[in-house]
Formats: sequence, C-alpha cells, structure tokens
Amino acid sequence: MLRRIAIVGASLAGLRAAETLRDRGFNGELTLIGDEPHRPYDRPPLSKQVLQGAWEPEQTFFRKKDGYDALALDMRLGVRAVSVDLRARRVALADGTFADYDRLIIATGARVRTLPAITPRAGLLGLRGLDDAIVLRRALMDAPHVAIVGAGFIGLEVAASCRARGLPVTVIETLPVPLSPILGATFGDMVAAMHRDHGVDLRTGVVVTDILGESRVGGVALSDGSRIDADVVVVGIGVTPNTEWLEGSGLTIDNGIVCNGSGEAAPDVYAAGDVARVANRWNGDSPRIEHWTNAVEQAVHAAENALAGPEASTSFSSVPYFWSDQYDRKIQFIGTARPHDEMVIVDGSLADRRLTALYRRDDRVVACLAVNQPRALIKYRKLLAANASWDAALSGTAAS
Amino acid sequence: MKVVVDLSICDLHGLCVEAAPEVFQIGDDGALHVLIEVPPDGLRAKVDKAVRECPTGAISIEE
Repeated sequence: MLRRIAIVGASLAGLRAAETLRDRGFNGELTLIGDEPHRPYDRPPLSKQVLQGAWEPEQTFFRKKDGYDALALDMRLGVRAVSVDLRARRVALADGTFADYDRLIIATGARVRTLPAITPRAGLLGLRGLDDAIVLRRALMDAPHVAIVGAGFIGLEVAASCRARGLPVTVIETLPVPLSPILGATFGDMVAAMHRDHGVDLRTGVVVTDILGESRVGGVALSDGSRIDADVVVVGIGVTPNTEWLEGSGLTIDNGIVCNGSGEAAPDVYAAGDVARVANRWNGDSPRIEHWTNAVEQAVHAAENALAGPEASTSFSSVPYFWSDQYDRKIQFIGTARPHDEMVIVDGSLADRRLTALYRRDDRVVACLAVNQPRALIKYRKLLAANASWDAALSGTAAS
Repeated sequence: MKVVVDLSICDLHGLCVEAAPEVFQIGDDGALHVLIEVPPDGLRAKVDKAVRECPTGAISIEE
C-alpha cells in the first residue's frame, strides 16, 4: 500500500517530482523537505536576470500563478534532512522531527566548492542559491572590481552580467582554454575571444595561489606571480553533491548517489537531479549531470517509477541538454563530447559567433553545439536521440 | 485543455517541440507556433511534458 511519499530536496527536481506524483494520481501524504527557507525557485536566472538587476529575486519562484494548494504538500522548509533509515523507512530532520515514507525520492542537489585552504572573509562569494545571488548583487552595487575564479559556465555568465553592469572583471582559469574539456578547444577559444571583446580580462593557464586581504577581500595572487586587485571575488570552480547525510545509510555513494536505470538507489528509494547518477540507456553512461533539463527529466522519471513499482518501471533514456546565455549569445549543447572528439561546423562560422557544430566519435555523432541557431538544435536532437551515424547526421537524415 | 504560450518569454529551447511535435513547431520565421490550440486529450501527457520541461515556464494549460 502506497500511502506516503517523501521527497528530500525542494529545488527543481524535488518540485517536479511532487508535481508529477500528483499529476499521475497519487493522493496520499506527500512531504517535501528543503534546507533553504525559500519555496522552490529557478536557478538559471540567478546568474543573469537577477545579477543584472532585470529581475527581483522573487521573480525566480516557481508556481507564482498556480500556488501550492493543489499539490497538497507537507512542505518542510528551512530544515535539513540529517539521515535516513532505509529499514524503518524514515528520514530524520535537523529539528528532531521525522518523515516516514513508503517511497523516498532524494533530490538534495549540490553545493559550490570552495578554494582549498582559503578562509572565508567578506567579499569572497559563490553563486548557487537565491541568498547567494542577493548577496552578490548587493555587492555589485558598490561598483567593485570583480575577480572570478573559474571560467566555467557560472563564472562566464557572472562575468557577462558584471560587464552588463559596466564593472571591471578579471576571470582566472587554470585551463589554457576555457570549457575545452566539455566543448573542445576550438569553441573554447571562440568563447574566450568573445569575453575579451566585451572587456573581460581573462587570464588562462594560471592558478590562484592566495586570496589577499584580511577581514575582507583585497585581491587575488596568481601562480604566474601577478596580483589582481579585487573588491569582490566570486569562486565558480564546480559543485559537490550533497550526500554526506546519506553516509552509513547503505546507499551506494560515489560522486553522487548511484542508481540503476529505473532511478532506484535501493528498493523504494529513488534519486534525481544534480545529486544522482542514473544509468542512461541512451549512451550507457551513468554520469552525474548538473543541468536544468536533466533534473526535470530524472525527477519525472523517478516519480513515475516510484508509483509504478519495480515490475512496471521504465529505464531512463535521455540526450543531455544544457544552455548558457552570455552577452547576446545563446550557447546550446546536446549530447556528450570528450576532448578528442572531432568537431565539424556544419552551419555558420566561429568568426560570426553564430554556428552549428557536430561532434564525431568513430562513426557516430555524439553531440551538437549551436550558438544563436536554436532551430538547428531541434533537428539534431532527433538524430542524436536515434543514435544516428556520422554520415546520416551530416546529410541531415535519421537513417543510419 | 487549451495551450497558451507566452511568446514574450519563450526562449526557443525547443524542448516542447521534442515533447509534443504535434502541438509545437518552430517556424521558418524563427518563432514558436502552436499548431493545435486545443489538443485532443490523447496528447495530454505530451503537452504536460512540454509544460514541465520548458526552461522559461512559457507554456501553460487552461482547462
């Protein structure tokens, strides 16, 4: 008898799981637990609309129109889950209360990494949650010089937003070419040039050796001996999955919660989103994926399987997708590329910074990148989903 | 069920086109078009998926 479902994590994946459970007719007790005090909100606008000042922070909240009454949730916000007892089917919360469940969906996400051996101080910031965005935005109002550690998507989006505010920005990246492990060096060079053209002082191939300033940030020292004055330092060097509360639970934790293709981490326990590693039938991998669309897809999938049970479960199959908005460019990427995959531009050009490119591994197409060409992506998404051959992708037909 | 798209916030991610190609299309003009404003109930699951997966929340269903 399925009476109670608990969802731990009240961000995108947790919310979409709850919505799906109700859509599919589950009318039992549904508990949604989140460690932040806020109702579920959308993260992508934080680094763009919110930082630039186009949106107030509350515009990021989900379900602004629909509200939460129809979901009939036992919503427990501002309280962290501290452990789970799989045998007793019970989640323990930091305030001493419990949530009992027949099915559990874990969507506790990830948190930003911090620089090793650097003590916290004023002006040393990260960007992950709504409160982070509010603090950073306030700091940007004092017209600081901003140094950004890490030229990943978050770092580059923050850089673009700072430039939109007219602020001087230095970006520091350990790789010789930003984004190259994910998108290839050819494209990484294009992105680097784009940021430099917009006035970003982009330093590549250097490591931060120290953060200067005592009680508050004064600058950054680099491995090439240079020093950069900065009033605000934003660290964007990746995230760590929030799995510590599951230590000793019996679940398999290895850079995230290891799940089978049904999204199950253990009988009656499912995981979704940034914290999860769900086996993907599309390419046989089970990576941890930190993208918006993945969180939605895995949440819907986990919720459906939680209701269906193991006998009727479906296996997860998805072509990963992410996007990034920087200046007037929309970068969209589907599939998965590795550093040695060949990249071929099939439309547009690097010079125009408007292009569609395909990535080849052996005789298959494995990924597609589009810059300001959204329609191309729809065509190639179908081909990728069908595991089309390289020749078929080039000719634009699904036949392989 | 009536499908409503707020074109002012549509960002052309195209996930709705993948979820429910019968209902959504990006046209030659580069804009999103709703092909069937009142889809049959048989398309409900697909349209629901399109709503859930829209990164800007541009799609809604009016009953």
